[in-house]
Order: sequence, then C-alpha cells, then structure tokens
Amino acid sequence: MAIKMIRDVIRDTIDAEMARDDSLIMLGEDIVGGNGAPGGPEAIGGIWGTSGGLWAKYGADRVIDTPISESAIIGAAAGAALTGKRAIAEIMFADFIGVCMDQIWNQVAKFRYMFGGKTTCPLVIRMPYGAGFNAAPQHSQVIHQFVTAMPGLKVVMPSTPADAKGLLTQAIRDDDPVIFLEHKALYGVKGEVPDGDYVIPFGHARQVTQGDDITILATGMMVGFAEKAAAQLAQDGIGCDILDLRTTSPLDEEAILDSVERTGRLLIVDEAPPRCSFATDLSALVAQKAFASLKAPIDMVTAPHSPVPFARELESAYLPSPDKIVASAVKLMSYRRG
Amino acid sequence: MQLSREALIRAYRQMKTIRLFEERLHDEIALGEIAGFTHLYAGQEACAVGVCEHLGPTDYIISTHRGHGHCIAKGCDVMAMMKEIYGSRDGLCKGKGGSMHIADMNVGMLGANGIVGAGAPIAVGAGITAKSNGTVSIAFSGDGACNQGTTFEAMNMAVVLKLPVIFVFENNHYSEHTGEAYAVGAESMTARSAAFGMKAIKANGIDFFSVYEAMRELIDYCKAGNGPASIELDCERFYGHFEGDPQRYRGPGELDRIREERDCLKTFRTKVTEAKLLEGAELDRVDAEVTDLIDRAVAEAKQADRPTPQDVLQDVYISY
Repeated sequence: MAIKMIRDVIRDTIDAEMARDDSLIMLGEDIVGGNGAPGGPEAIGGIWGTSGGLWAKYGADRVIDTPISESAIIGAAAGAALTGKRAIAEIMFADFIGVCMDQIWNQVAKFRYMFGGKTTCPLVIRMPYGAGFNAAPQHSQVIHQFVTAMPGLKVVMPSTPADAKGLLTQAIRDDDPVIFLEHKALYGVKGEVPDGDYVIPFGHARQVTQGDDITILATGMMVGFAEKAAAQLAQDGIGCDILDLRTTSPLDEEAILDSVERTGRLLIVDEAPPRCSFATDLSALVAQKAFASLKAPIDMVTAPHSPVPFARELESAYLPSPDKIVASAVKLMSYRRG
Repeated sequence: MQLSREALIRAYRQMKTIRLFEERLHDEIALGEIAGFTHLYAGQEACAVGVCEHLGPTDYIISTHRGHGHCIAKGCDVMAMMKEIYGSRDGLCKGKGGSMHIADMNVGMLGANGIVGAGAPIAVGAGITAKSNGTVSIAFSGDGACNQGTTFEAMNMAVVLKLPVIFVFENNHYSEHTGEAYAVGAESMTARSAAFGMKAIKANGIDFFSVYEAMRELIDYCKAGNGPASIELDCERFYGHFEGDPQRYRGPGELDRIREERDCLKTFRTKVTEAKLLEGAELDRVDAEVTDLIDRAVAEAKQADRPTPQDVLQDVYISY
C-alpha cells in the first residue's frame, strides 16, 4: 500500500496500462501542453496534472496533444477504438460535453447496438467535473445525470484514491465505452492505494459506514460530505448506512434495496439540480421496489434548480453540505405518520 | 487507363450493383415494403467505386446517411445489406441499424451515419490506426456535411497530426433540399479544404476513371507521410434527399437531363467500348448477373427471419 493523491493515481494508472498494452492511446487538449510554444512540450503535462511525463515516455503517436476541438477529440478516439486501438480521451472540463455530445450520444454510445453487436469501442472518456472552485456556471457542473440516462455508456464516479485506481483500470480494460468522471475538488485527496494490478468491477457500491437508521446514497464529493454528516449524527445516536455507488451505470440496485429494507429511511445526496436527475431516479427505484420498507418519505439533498453561481457565498449556498445532510437526517428520524 | 479487363469488369459490376440495388429499393419503398427513412445513392456510383477500388480491408472508410453505395463498394455483403434494410435479424446489423447505419468492421466499413458531418472526426481516429498500419482512412462527406463544424475540426486535426486521411467530398449540389450555391459560403469546397493546409484537388464524379486516377495520386501522397488530402467530386443525385421527397427544388427537366447526360454508368460503358477495352456483350452479361443478384437479395430479404422483442436488449453492452 502507498499513500497517494487521486491526481497521481490517475496518472500512474494510465502509465501502468500504457506500459501493459501497446494499443492504448490518449488524446486531449494540453495533456502534453507547450507544443508549438517557446516553452516546449511537457510544459504542462495536463492542466490537472494527470498526464505528466507520459508524452516523454510513450511518444507523440500515443500521447496525442490535440487542438481545442472536443468533437474531433471524441470522434478521433472513437475511430481509433473502432479500428483496434484502446483510447482514453480527456475532456478538460465535463461542462464541455455540450460541444461533443453528438459524438458521445449518437456515435460512441450506439455503435455496438446499431451495428448489430459486431463491434467494440474500448474508449474511456475522462471528464473532470464538479463545483467548489468558484469556477462559475460553465466550469463547475456535474453531468452524470445526462450520461447515466444514455444506454450504451457506463458511468464511473470514484471518490477515493483506491477506487480511482481500481475503477480506472477496469474502465481502460473494458470493451464498452466508459465515462470516467473525476471530481476536481478530490484530485488532492490522499489515501491508501493497493500496489500492483488492482481492478474493481463495475456495478458494486462501496459500504462507507454501517448504520441501522438511515441509508445515505452518494457519489463523488458528496460521499465525503455524507461521512462528515454521519460522524455528527452518530453523536446523537443516529446510525447512517452510507453507500458510495461508484458507478451510476451499471447501478448496484441490490446493495441499495438491501440497505433501505434494513434502515427503512432513504436520503440521497446529489450534486446535480433536482429535476429529472440521478437522485430522482434512485428515489423512483426505491419507491417502486422497497416501498413497504419505508418508514418515512424519501428525502434528497441536492443542488437547487439553478446554474452553478460564481461568488463564494452563492456557490456555498448552492452546493449540498454536511449541515444540510444532518438537517435532512434529523427530519427523517422525526417523521411520524399522520 | 492502366486497368486490366478483370479490374474494369469488377469496377463496372460494383457500380451496376449499387445502381440496381438503389433502383430496386426505390420501387420496393413505393410499395410500402420498407420501413423508415432511406436515402438513395444512385447517380454517384463512380465516386464510391472510384475510391474504394484502391482499398483493402485494413483501409477504412466512414460513410454518410446516403451510404448504400459506399457499403457495396467497400465489400459489404449485398444479401446481408438488403436483409438489414428490410429489418431482418439476419441483416448485417441484425435489424438494429437499418439503411442509415450499415457497417461491417471486417471489411473496414465504419458505418453509414445518420448525423450529417459526424463521420469526419471518426475517420481521423481511424487515420491514427491507419498511420500505424501503413493504410489510409477515408471520410466520405457531401456538400451538406462540408458545412458542419465537426468536419472543420476533423480537417484541422488531421493536418495537425499529419494523418493519412482523405476527405472525399461528393458534391451532388444539394444538401437535403438546399443548393450548394447557397449553402457553401466559400469560393469552392476545394478552396476551403486547401485553406486548412492540405492538398486539395477536384475530379469528375461522373467519370470513374477521373475519380480512380485522382485517388491513386492522393493515396500515394498520404501513404508517403505527407498528411491528409481532400478531393471534391462533381456528381449527381438521381433521386431525392430521401425516398418520398417530391423534389420541388429541381429545375424543369433537370432529372431527365442529368440521367441522360451525366450518368456515370453510361459514361463508363461508352468509354470502355469505344476504346475497345471491353465488349458491350461483356457488360450486358454483368448487367444480367447483377439483376439476378438483386432479385435474389430482395426475395431472400422478404423471407428472412424477423427479430423478436427479446432482441431489443441484445448488444446494448458487451457486459453490464
């Protein structure tokens, strides 16, 4: 076991997989950086520090710095993946999905199905996402709610360094296209990472804390918020069963339903706005399949139905928080049927 | 003209197969036999065949919504294509794709595509693979797709990465129902391609030999490591944008005139018989064989197994 930050885990995992598989290539804006500039290549190594040194080690034919052309980045990665390569495409901010949605939604997600199962598209689209940096409406958003709704894509949202390694390794080796979402605020999070080959299969939630009173479902940065809230709630004798879902597609329905059947209460924490969202989807799942177990209405702590605001006070007000989770949990525990 | 008799007959057979495939579909669609949207390629056969006669299975092409001709020219099985268009589970894509999504990776055909302009970026990625294999990647686009931003991104990226990608623009003068003269803002598609920093040429898309010779030059150029190239092929679309299109945008007598004066199959026949490269009777024999092939393809497609409701969930993922 080594202690590493998530950003280094991402870089080291790509490095290990590129060493293991000659067919793996990587494309993105500034993943090398400095090309055509006085400072020279490798001046940047990715603006998130997730690709440093890879260009020097694997060369420009495998670590491909691209123009700012998101549609062509995804299209090129997809074309390579259709013709025998494995590809990792980096979209610098998940918000930029707007300019390459056709390639993701109409092309990559549908190739296998519309070509009658006769092709694979082993492509990982890495997208840094999320709020917390006062980066304003176009550089702060979550997008898992959109891509989870798209058949043909798998969607991964790690929250710990160990999960980042195991899930990214699986994503790269997977023959289906994978959207790999990296929360920008978690890049600096440190934790223990297993040595050697480490793969986490998709569709298995991680039990973060165990408790008998409330099931809390979370992903990404919301997992840490839920843990903080649970520590506070434990002091009042409220036990939280936190599940980090890790992949939103496929979804570990069994773990969710098992937990809710035990606790009888469900609190969903989601960084997305509340309408037609991942939180509402989870809520519908439990209402349909575990209704009889519920002792209280399902509650959700989510962002409001607004763009992500810029100013510090506004962004704090916008985001879910440990305090908001505690308040929701207390409300759930005090619920009594009329 | 350096082609052998066998190569000439093969090229003619490919063009004739596309022509009869499309004309037969036109008739069958009018009878209500086929579901969905179909965009016929008839008239442009010399473009697809003039390009694809140079290619092998590890050269890649990506096509458009008007893709049947590219599929046939690249070697997709005609019987399985017809079954796909009829929606059979024995179709090339098991009835999941239909006319607009026919693909066969085994012959390097990366798919027809229902989104205008979506193909060029994917061809750039196939160009990354082609570069490592010593082959080429071809993006077929029309004068409609040439105005999509995705096409611009793809052309620039291919130049930046110096990839062996050839952008083939088939200019049939109509993007859906709007004239090229209105929708292409540049002096020409060729001039625009050149402005991206690539070799850009034009050829006569109703003359197989013009397309074939020009493509030989471009393929050699790209394989020599010079980066991408583009070619604009002046051609004609004999049917509407889609089957059922009343084509009110055509000029008086336009369809009769282009069928009479600008038919690539007639042009081919005249050239090879006048030059005494082939006998008319040889071509007639090909016509009869292809007619029989298409008859069998339609008859088999009508009888082929239908998909079942259980098939809906097959092949969404490899594993989930």
